Amino acid sequence: MDFELDDIQKMVRDTARKFAREEVAPHAAAMDKSGKFRPEITAQMAELGFLGAAMPEEYGGGGMDYRCYAIIVEELSAVCASTGVVVSAHSSLCCDPIYRFGTEEQKRRYLTPLASGQMLGCLGLTESQAGSDASNQKTTAVRDGKEWVLNGSKIFITNGGPAGVAVVIAATDKAAGVKGLSAFIVSADTPGYKVAKEEHKLGIRASSTAELVFEDCRIPAENLLGGLGEGFKIALATLDGGRIGIASQAVGIARGALEHATAYAKERIQFGQSISNFQAIQWKLADMATEIDAARLLTQRAAWMKDQGMKNYGKEAAMAKLFASDVAMKATREAIQVFGGYGYVEEYPVERFYRDAKITEIYEGTSEVQRMVIARAVLRD
Amino acid sequence: MKIMVPVRRVPNPDVKVRLKKDGTGIETEGVNFLVNPFDEYAIEESVRLTEKAGGDVFLVTIGGPENEETLRAGLALGAHRAYLVTVPAPLDSAGVAQLLAAVYAQEKPDLVMAGKQSVDTDNNQAAQMMAGLLGIPQACFAYKVAVEGKTATVQREIDGGLETKEVALPAVITADLRLNQPRYASLPAIMKAKKKEVKKVTPADLGVSPVSRTRVLGLSAPPPRKAGQRVASVDELVEKLINEAKAL
Repeated sequence: MDFELDDIQKMVRDTARKFAREEVAPHAAAMDKSGKFRPEITAQMAELGFLGAAMPEEYGGGGMDYRCYAIIVEELSAVCASTGVVVSAHSSLCCDPIYRFGTEEQKRRYLTPLASGQMLGCLGLTESQAGSDASNQKTTAVRDGKEWVLNGSKIFITNGGPAGVAVVIAATDKAAGVKGLSAFIVSADTPGYKVAKEEHKLGIRASSTAELVFEDCRIPAENLLGGLGEGFKIALATLDGGRIGIASQAVGIARGALEHATAYAKERIQFGQSISNFQAIQWKLADMATEIDAARLLTQRAAWMKDQGMKNYGKEAAMAKLFASDVAMKATREAIQVFGGYGYVEEYPVERFYRDAKITEIYEGTSEVQRMVIARAVLRD
Repeated sequence: MKIMVPVRRVPNPDVKVRLKKDGTGIETEGVNFLVNPFDEYAIEESVRLTEKAGGDVFLVTIGGPENEETLRAGLALGAHRAYLVTVPAPLDSAGVAQLLAAVYAQEKPDLVMAGKQSVDTDNNQAAQMMAGLLGIPQACFAYKVAVEGKTATVQREIDGGLETKEVALPAVITADLRLNQPRYASLPAIMKAKKKEVKKVTPADLGVSPVSRTRVLGLSAPPPRKAGQRVASVDELVEKLINEAKAL
């Protein structure tokens, strides 16, 4: 077993860390406040290859492993969780399924502009009545000659606003239930594709979370992704990978909170000495550091399994996300506690980290769903 | 145009270094090493010069095998190839200059672009010594470089102003921090760096046996800063400056 990063992974970490600190961190608070993501950051990330790290070079990607991708999401999230999820949702939820299930033509046409960062992507799975019960899809796709006609709406779609391409799950055969769902690649400029509403959120405020509406949205027949009736299988496989991204985001949020808390603890004087001398503070920092390491190890293991080509990393990805999101909640809560009153106000960044952490327990499967996934695997084995 | 860029591996300058207990060096366990920041300016400037006019930028570093990682990071910033001169023990600036001069003699570059100093020992010597050994012109602390034919015009920052120098090539130029804004290593550049040539040579291959003229006797941490004092009046301040600090 090798716990060291290899040379490439180290260089990726260094470049992502430097970029995050110099180019993203100075804007993170303002983006959180305005709820607007700086397009310059997207452009810079495209230039650096962050939007296609784990995609093959022949499709405009970086040709790196999934661990590199996880490292990038962690480094970005350590300064700005919104930036982390822009990359994660784009990469895991849109590029990855097109790469894994797409035809050569679909990869050339859609994956290449996505992986090279010319446009962002999103996944349209969640609906108002299909949250944890993701198979309860009301969006329909009806075949009409050489086209599919989409009708319905998707909610809480990360990157929904800026995305140029969406992978959309829809019912193609209502009677067939889960086996009657299919996946489609939908270009955002298709007539009948509408971004209906941007949500105002507790955290990750700079990233777009939008409602997508399809009204007689006609897409070419060849945009069916994978086989007819394979939509749910594709969605689940996609989420397995996505959970590694969100786990990395959670690790990043927790680490950012720990870094701020550590720096503050050394600076802050109370009772005539640095509060870092107090065991009450030391124990918090020790617990945070330990849990963050454990969360990262779970996350990197899941990414490593994906890199090895193992098919069944769903349980490990769910464990990573479940644990890391819990760690993010605890670490950000304790970071505020180290800061005391200053942690509760906007002048310091830890309240933002606290707000950002919560979503990691919810999206790409709630913690309860992660436990279902893990328990199923445990009981099956 | 062929440009030689000496680079050095330094501990991450943002991290507080710890001394070994016996004072013979710094603790390297768990320390993240990077390309010396001033060298990044030198690499960036060299890459820009060759991007415009074509050419070849090669890096040279001196040290143990762990330096290959540093060279790869430099190659990811756009340099084309690299030399690793392996030596069993660290050398002082004079020893380093000897080896750099030997690489220079083999490669005969048009220009040597170095960082103005490495941020670990801050000696600010090797590049100048190298120019001295080779008998070629030097222009240090550049904040602007323009190359025209066989001449480089270098604007440099000096105390209280700026100075413009013209040097005939080949020459040694050292980069100051306002020279440019180094790029970030992009992922494609990192992948390319993996495949670029890192030539490993020994001092014997270069036909020199470098000699350090200085010896490090020991390292010690600076004494911790004492807390400041608050005074009630100007009179008290003056009194303390005279009697306690003996500054007046």
